Amino acid sequence: MAADDGMAVRARGLVKRYGALVAVDGVDLEVERGTCLGLLGPNGAGKTTTIEMLEGLKRPDLGQITILGLEWGRSDRLIRERIGVQLQETDLLAKLTVTETLRLFGSFYRAPRGLAEVLDLVGLEEKRGARVDALSGGQKQRLALGCALVNRPEVLFLDEPTTGLDPQARRHVWEVIDQFKEQGGSVLLTTHYMEEAERLSDRVVIVDHGRVIAQGTPKAVIDALGAEHIVELRPHAADGQPAPELVDDDTLRLLPGVREVSRDDGAIRLAVSDTQAALGALLGLLRERGLVVEDLRTHRPTLEDVFVALTGKHLRDG
Amino acid sequence: MARAREVLELTRVRVLLFVREPEVLFWVFAFPLVLAAVLGFAFRKGGVPSSRVAVLPGPGAEELVATLRRQGGLEVELQPDEELAARGLRGGALDLVVRPGEPPHLRLDPQRPEGETARLRVLAALEPRVEGGRESLAVTEPVQASGSRYIDFLFPGLLGMNLMGTGMWSIGFAIAELRQRKVLRRLLVTPMSRPAFLVSFLLSRLVFLVIEVAVLTSFGAWVLDVPFRGTWPAFALVALVGAVSFAGLGLFVTARVRTIQGASGMLNLAMMPMWLGSGVFFSYERFPELLHPLLRLIPLTALNDALRALMLDGDVRAALGAPLLILVAWGALSFGAALKLFRWE
Repeated sequence: MAADDGMAVRARGLVKRYGALVAVDGVDLEVERGTCLGLLGPNGAGKTTTIEMLEGLKRPDLGQITILGLEWGRSDRLIRERIGVQLQETDLLAKLTVTETLRLFGSFYRAPRGLAEVLDLVGLEEKRGARVDALSGGQKQRLALGCALVNRPEVLFLDEPTTGLDPQARRHVWEVIDQFKEQGGSVLLTTHYMEEAERLSDRVVIVDHGRVIAQGTPKAVIDALGAEHIVELRPHAADGQPAPELVDDDTLRLLPGVREVSRDDGAIRLAVSDTQAALGALLGLLRERGLVVEDLRTHRPTLEDVFVALTGKHLRDG
Repeated sequence: MARAREVLELTRVRVLLFVREPEVLFWVFAFPLVLAAVLGFAFRKGGVPSSRVAVLPGPGAEELVATLRRQGGLEVELQPDEELAARGLRGGALDLVVRPGEPPHLRLDPQRPEGETARLRVLAALEPRVEGGRESLAVTEPVQASGSRYIDFLFPGLLGMNLMGTGMWSIGFAIAELRQRKVLRRLLVTPMSRPAFLVSFLLSRLVFLVIEVAVLTSFGAWVLDVPFRGTWPAFALVALVGAVSFAGLGLFVTARVRTIQGASGMLNLAMMPMWLGSGVFFSYERFPELLHPLLRLIPLTALNDALRALMLDGDVRAALGAPLLILVAWGALSFGAALKLFRWE
């Protein structure tokens, strides 16, 4: 048994292949106890495969995993007693009620929480007698969380816990996760919502094509971009037609204060370290070429911008 | 204790899910009753129907009709239109047409058993009665054989088919649904015991077995008057072993299917030979004798043989012998194989 070194989850060199496709290609990650790690990436980046290997659902082709110092294949039952899992797109049993579902899940554990406690935790007291198929999307998601929390887990694995929910339902789920963290729980979360990652995670790991491309605290990852602001604009020709191709990336990159250039559906995005200098030079360049600027915006960089800068894709893209 | 609680909880959930599917309840309880009722009433009366005979016009036709009417089992009419009589014979409305004469001519379709019966009855009526009562060539002794109606044969077969169908469909579908909707994966990340999960399917099956068998058998006994000559403990044992065996078979057949459609295909494939070869609707003895030993090894044949031995013959020893052994073997092998082959992921 590996030494319990204060890590809730530790993975080294995880590799998973499906035939010729390498879904996960050497991922390392750690979740310190009492913290939340956000695993970010677009669909197909290998997030779900990674988290399912950590949950013991899939066996890695290569690499080591320890959960609370325990290894899969040796202490499976012990690990399962101490983790809580919410899978992506699980349907619970539609014809059972909330209470029946929680009772069923509780029966698998040695010392489950009482029913009332779980209902209170996920805010479903009023829906206790309702059938699962009569619940809203948000309520179903909270029931799934309730099933994951029924055994007082030390580590919670959440695979896109709020996908498809409206903002209010999403906040409701976040509150449940906050509460779990406050009580000292550790969380590993996958998401492609930046807001969710920034709100819940102490650290983030960004993956693309099965590899880790950035990691650290959200602030550190954003700072590493070296950008004070992100500038987005859509240049138009004098006749009003969009004409982003009339300025090339190399010219833009040579402007003072510009760190990165990327394009996205007719828009130009610049990561700039000196906003004032860059904006002045940019507007001068456009005037020189006879272009009109419409829709110029600047904002403080987010994890989304980090991702776009690193991969040229949005996190939400398929 | 924790294990007992999860088996109990899993079983309870299976039972709840089962009763909350009205269409499933229909196929398990209502359908076999309807089937038994329809077939039962259709074949309730035993015996041979009377023969319908037409007599054509001619010399002595009136007298002929009178003679034939004195014979039992004949419905006789005078039919002046020869064309109509011919049509009746072709369409099956008439079994035989008599043209008066010396001797009378009998017209019938020799391929139809009804025609042959009519011919024998008409010949018996025409046989010259000797004054003074000549001895007949043979004396007929009527015997009342209860349990010889078609429904008496059919009923144990329906019961067996129902035990098979419910066992395999309810389990196969539930498993495929859990897999397709990814509930199974969710259960796998808990410490749930896998054997406990599979055992809960067998246990939930037993809950319904009691109701199912009680409802069907009472209906058979009271409404259709099907004989029951065996002992109740033996009957209970056969039903129990049959149900568990088919539940195991259902688990085995759907051990690897991923979708409900796939399960449906596999279940039909597994049950098809049993519908045909296991003597539900007609005796498997009608197949070539060479095949009988093979047919007797099919689980539904074994179950039907055991049920018929109990209900029709009251032969407890025959029921609890080879057929029960065959069922136990099927159940044990398929459950064991299901445990090995089961696709959890």
